Amino acid sequence: MEASTPPAKTSSRTRSERKLAWMLCAPAVVAMLLVTAYPIAYAVVLSLQNVDLRFPDENSFAGLSNYVTVLTSSLWWTDIFNTVFLMVTTVAIELVLGMAIALVMHRAIFGRGVVRTSVLIPYGIITVVAAFAWQFAFAPETGFVNNLPLISDEMDWFGGRFSSFAVIIMAEVWKTTPFMALLLLAGLVTIDDQLYEAARVDGASAWQRFTRITLPLMKPAILVALLFRTLDAFRVFDTIFIMTRGALETESVSILGYNQLISRLNLGLGSAVSVLIFLCVFLIAFVFVRGFGAKLDEGRPGG
Amino acid sequence: MKTGGTIRALICLAAAALTATGLVACGGSSDESGPRELTFFVAIQPGGTIEEVSKRCSEESEGKYTITPEFLPTDASQQREQLVRRLGAEDSSIDIVGMDVIWTGEFANAGWVEPWTGALKNQVTEKVFPNVIETASFEKKLYAAPFNTNTQLLWYRKDLVKKPPKTWDEMIEVAEGLKEAGSIQVQANRYEGYMVFVNALIESAGTEILSGPEEVDLEQGPTEKALQVIGKLANGGAAPPSLSTSDEDTARLGFEAGESAFMTNYTFAYGSAQEEAPDIGKVMGFARFPRVDASKPSKPPLGGFNLAVSSYSENKDVAFEAAACLANDTSQKTAVELDGLPPSRSDLYTDKAVTEAYPGFAGLVKESIEASGPRPTTPAYQDVTLAVQRALHPPDKIDPEDTESIYDELKSNVEDAVKREGLL
Repeated sequence: MEASTPPAKTSSRTRSERKLAWMLCAPAVVAMLLVTAYPIAYAVVLSLQNVDLRFPDENSFAGLSNYVTVLTSSLWWTDIFNTVFLMVTTVAIELVLGMAIALVMHRAIFGRGVVRTSVLIPYGIITVVAAFAWQFAFAPETGFVNNLPLISDEMDWFGGRFSSFAVIIMAEVWKTTPFMALLLLAGLVTIDDQLYEAARVDGASAWQRFTRITLPLMKPAILVALLFRTLDAFRVFDTIFIMTRGALETESVSILGYNQLISRLNLGLGSAVSVLIFLCVFLIAFVFVRGFGAKLDEGRPGG
Repeated sequence: MKTGGTIRALICLAAAALTATGLVACGGSSDESGPRELTFFVAIQPGGTIEEVSKRCSEESEGKYTITPEFLPTDASQQREQLVRRLGAEDSSIDIVGMDVIWTGEFANAGWVEPWTGALKNQVTEKVFPNVIETASFEKKLYAAPFNTNTQLLWYRKDLVKKPPKTWDEMIEVAEGLKEAGSIQVQANRYEGYMVFVNALIESAGTEILSGPEEVDLEQGPTEKALQVIGKLANGGAAPPSLSTSDEDTARLGFEAGESAFMTNYTFAYGSAQEEAPDIGKVMGFARFPRVDASKPSKPPLGGFNLAVSSYSENKDVAFEAAACLANDTSQKTAVELDGLPPSRSDLYTDKAVTEAYPGFAGLVKESIEASGPRPTTPAYQDVTLAVQRALHPPDKIDPEDTESIYDELKSNVEDAVKREGLL
């Protein structure tokens, strides 16, 4: 916000508006500090200690040794690879599908409300429930998938790493594409129809109109949608937990953190994993905002 | 619980307002005149054992206490998760804990459960199988009253196999030679059930995972022999299609569907097959868990629940009495009648309740429990089981011809785990 508004030109009206904005934000900022800053700070403190609930008498200061343990473990890097792989594939598929759905929703002539509502249904289903539904569909004993043509009846989807990944990706894409579509639709409606008319008069094809008008004008909306989904996808937990519990090297970093914190009650090591996940998320957000120039407030008057 | 308390408090208030003296007896944990309320956190049993024994013990206490069960999920890791969260936060709303045999070391070392002493200790261990008492003990102290135990038998199809195989090698060979139903159902998903399977094979081979809370044993020769069995089963023709994701229930389903001639599973499998698949149930034979080493008797898996008193309970004195009642011989008979759970008291195996639940194999269940090889007792149990599961899953990664490298991986994983080092 600061970068886009040179201080010299700040009028008194802008200044008073900004003051009002801060006052309106203040309650939310205080609440955020209480409910997020405190746990984060506590996690950082724990990550610097040896704390294990099962061994209450053996707590001690550990320095950075928990971080060294995590970062030198091949498990952490395998899980980072899995997480990034899932994140990139799901978000890429979702972007393409989401864009197609957004265009359909935007251009729908009749039943607009029905189309928009029905597309949102998967997003409204609880992730755990959706994960179970997909798991049952693909399980050899209970599922219908193995009865489909071209698929072997004996196919054990959760018996191999990449077939498991395939099901996890399908479930994730099915579940969150509507969210992506909705964010893209919001960007789509801001584009002035006159631009398309002018282009049509100049003889631009549908593809040209899409690549020359829609995409450039939607860049902010696309980047915001990608940012949200990428951050979300990096923390993937429920679907994997239900389907494989991380077996067969399908584990994500969140499941790794869960194993240390909840299964082993090793709060020191688990907090170190959590803090590292937080740093990864922070890094992703930073790359999006600085690297791609995602302006979260674009389109706002005076922004 | 909470709403009940609020309503009771409101009724109390109203009653106190009505009677000018305010001398209305209102039950509450701090009130000495009424029965004390005990909360019993335990895994749900579909047959209704827990409700039944809680009710009976509350009545038998003659107004001393009332026991309210709070049910935990059926999955063992989820049960533990809910309990450790509460106990870790020193929650006083838990009085009695239904504790899986593998949690004793962890809960005791963390100071979450109270040791048993004196007359009650003698009472709850009377006639109980020694290795079951072992699962309720940590560092020579008893931390829980043994309730039900459990063991796995070998279930086989009498119509396909004349006599049950003695060893795993023999069983795999027979299964591979069958024209139909030539598979063996076990539990090999990456979860606690796989640890149960692996531990039973290692124990049967003549060694053990840990010899003390922090001492790794895993003698190389016998351990590799046990690993060869897993590798041979997983990589051969006797492996069911979804071996690497199998659990007790998929094993039972596969057996009941007639896909498998053999299955290792808990005693519930018999009753289930009689009800769900009577054709298979009729030809269902039983035998002891097969041997790994032909010259050594097998050591079958051991499961079950023991009842402990929480250190954060405000009613410890009566909680001990209540837990002793919940675990006594009458309660154990209820458990076998309603849910088919094997008693931990060895003298009950000639009782009608047991012989009716296990027609023809009550003696075999008893023999199997007596010979069983329990999983290691250590406060770092979760680390050990995660390490074993990580090293050996999926089962088909074990090459039966060359088990040395996987043995090394297993041993170093477990060595790190008992020291609670490294990520798991």
